[in-house]
Amino acid sequence: MPRTLFDKIWEAHRVAQRADGRELIYIDRHVLHELHAPHAFEALEQQHRPVRRPDLTFSALDHTVATKPGRTDSTNPSGEAFIKAMREGSRKNKIHVFDLHDPDQGISHVVAPELGMVLPGATHAVPDSHASTVGGVGAMAFGVGTTELAHILATQVMAMKKPKSMLIRLDGRLGRHVTSKDVALRIIAEIGVSGARGHVVEYAGPAARAMPIEQRMTLCNLNIEMGGRSGFVPSDDATFQWLAGRPYAPKGATWDRALAHWRTLASDDGAAFDKTLALDCTGLEPQITWGTDPSQVLGISGRVPDPSSADGSRRAAMESALTYMGLKPGMALAGLPVNRVFIGSCTNARLPDLHAAADVVRGRKVAQGVVAMVVPGSSTVKREAEAAGLDRVFRDAGFFWGESGCSMCAGGNGDRGEPGERCVSTTNRNFENRQGPKVRTHLVSPETAAASAIAGRIADVRQIQAGSA
Amino acid sequence: MQPFISHTGIAVPLLRDDVNTDEVSPVQAMREMKPDYQKLLFMRTRAEQPDFVLNQPQFANPGILVTGHNFGAGSSREAAVWGMLANNIRVIVAKSFADIYRENCLQNGLLPVVLAPADADAFIARVVAVNGAAPFTVDLQSQRISGPGGPDISFDVPAADRIRLLEGLDDIGLTLKHTDAIAAWEQRTAASQPWLQQATDNRR
Repeated sequence: MPRTLFDKIWEAHRVAQRADGRELIYIDRHVLHELHAPHAFEALEQQHRPVRRPDLTFSALDHTVATKPGRTDSTNPSGEAFIKAMREGSRKNKIHVFDLHDPDQGISHVVAPELGMVLPGATHAVPDSHASTVGGVGAMAFGVGTTELAHILATQVMAMKKPKSMLIRLDGRLGRHVTSKDVALRIIAEIGVSGARGHVVEYAGPAARAMPIEQRMTLCNLNIEMGGRSGFVPSDDATFQWLAGRPYAPKGATWDRALAHWRTLASDDGAAFDKTLALDCTGLEPQITWGTDPSQVLGISGRVPDPSSADGSRRAAMESALTYMGLKPGMALAGLPVNRVFIGSCTNARLPDLHAAADVVRGRKVAQGVVAMVVPGSSTVKREAEAAGLDRVFRDAGFFWGESGCSMCAGGNGDRGEPGERCVSTTNRNFENRQGPKVRTHLVSPETAAASAIAGRIADVRQIQAGSA
Repeated sequence: MQPFISHTGIAVPLLRDDVNTDEVSPVQAMREMKPDYQKLLFMRTRAEQPDFVLNQPQFANPGILVTGHNFGAGSSREAAVWGMLANNIRVIVAKSFADIYRENCLQNGLLPVVLAPADADAFIARVVAVNGAAPFTVDLQSQRISGPGGPDISFDVPAADRIRLLEGLDDIGLTLKHTDAIAAWEQRTAASQPWLQQATDNRR
């Protein structure tokens, strides 16, 4: 019977079936972070259980670290205990830490692929819901809670019931200044925040194939925002080129063997999926969220919908979102004044994201009164961006240029907006109060965020660029 | 893990879909390593909305949360389950759960119940009607909900999850029974796909 790639990865990692019927799936790479791992270290210590494979486990510092230049453990006072506990727990368990001043420090989902640590067809787990970001290199990743994290530390497997499979085919071609972020937001708008619940998603089709690896990561990053259990773009030549020579990627003869194997990693012709969706990306315009969940999305030229057109609980949710966001039905979002712009997070803070934003910003100034920040996804991204002069572009325009971390995505490090502010953000969640109490978040691509910072209003980047030529 | 056999308590109607874990346990309430999980639960909503269901006196001692679709969407933070337990909420009856949240419930002896759509609507109507005046009992052995306003309602929890909850089984312990199979998998893979079994920095 033809099999999906998900079936193949699942079966290749299936170790055993447990007495309760759950299957044990081997986790090839486990990356932790300081917000949740300390609790798991403590639980294991109480149970006198060792970490099975510290050599396949890595610790990132990302959620609570300050972004201010010259930062220390205590620059964000509430982060210090987490950072120290992470360092100590990792040391005791012989797990390598990408520490605050390590050149490889950064957001776990950015660092793991950047170092070539996650590989096509490999399984990956992180105590964070955006784990599937690494699906961009064809790896299958699961976000887990703290207790599951302890389970993986002790056993190197996850005990799971096999999720269902879903195929999302992306047809057509993306226009100029339209990115995988816009595609992902459109998909979520189409199928809703639980449209992929219980499913592992394979992204296919010419538009997915045409995406550079970093854009595929953005696409897979947002998989959880439609409820997906995991999601990936199967690897191809672009993936292999991207991975070659990265510090943890296989070398020499092992690379050749790996490559031969990776070339077999595809769904069979005729493989059946439990659910399918096709989206034509031709003609898609930049997308932006108007509401308080990532399915409340408009094209940049669109107008805020009228809740009276919806029914029941959806209508109530829309009304509540409009109130929170300070919007009225029929309003255009483009042109609304913004107070804050954030370019960063595991969604959109890799080097090409920053290049794309810098191309919009170059030679211009952030509008008066707008607080604009760029926080690179990793210290490596930061170094490379600085080598390319991007930090100067942003700083000259009036952006804050920070040290790497999760920053304003969830505000775990204290970076956040002020009540009532309208914030245009390249992150993944526009939930109420996430970026600060009463902050009104609009999710967009880096290009749209950059254009909005310059305009001081929500802007269509295509118009800004045309005007400058 | 604390076993779950049966739980009796006031059922609290939170009749919305897609309630996310940012709302259940705000990150601002997680700034300490061991926050007060009882206070953390819906901390911001409770502070900002005087008429929020958990602020209403008849729901001051909740036992069961009753809610809509996709409960627990968003972040994987387990504090969103620990906050429930700290408030003696040991059952959540939802129309559906977000995947990671449901797993986190099972890991902590919190029973996630999904009723058939017609039963869910009937149960919600009874919960709203009784308005905290009398408790419901959720029994996992018989897989039934009993309480005011009508006959018992049956539900179905997959056998694997049911046994684990009823017996309070140690999840890691269950898996460690397969240590030999894990070691054999590692050995096989080290030979067939060595790049998976080693993660070393080639610069060092």
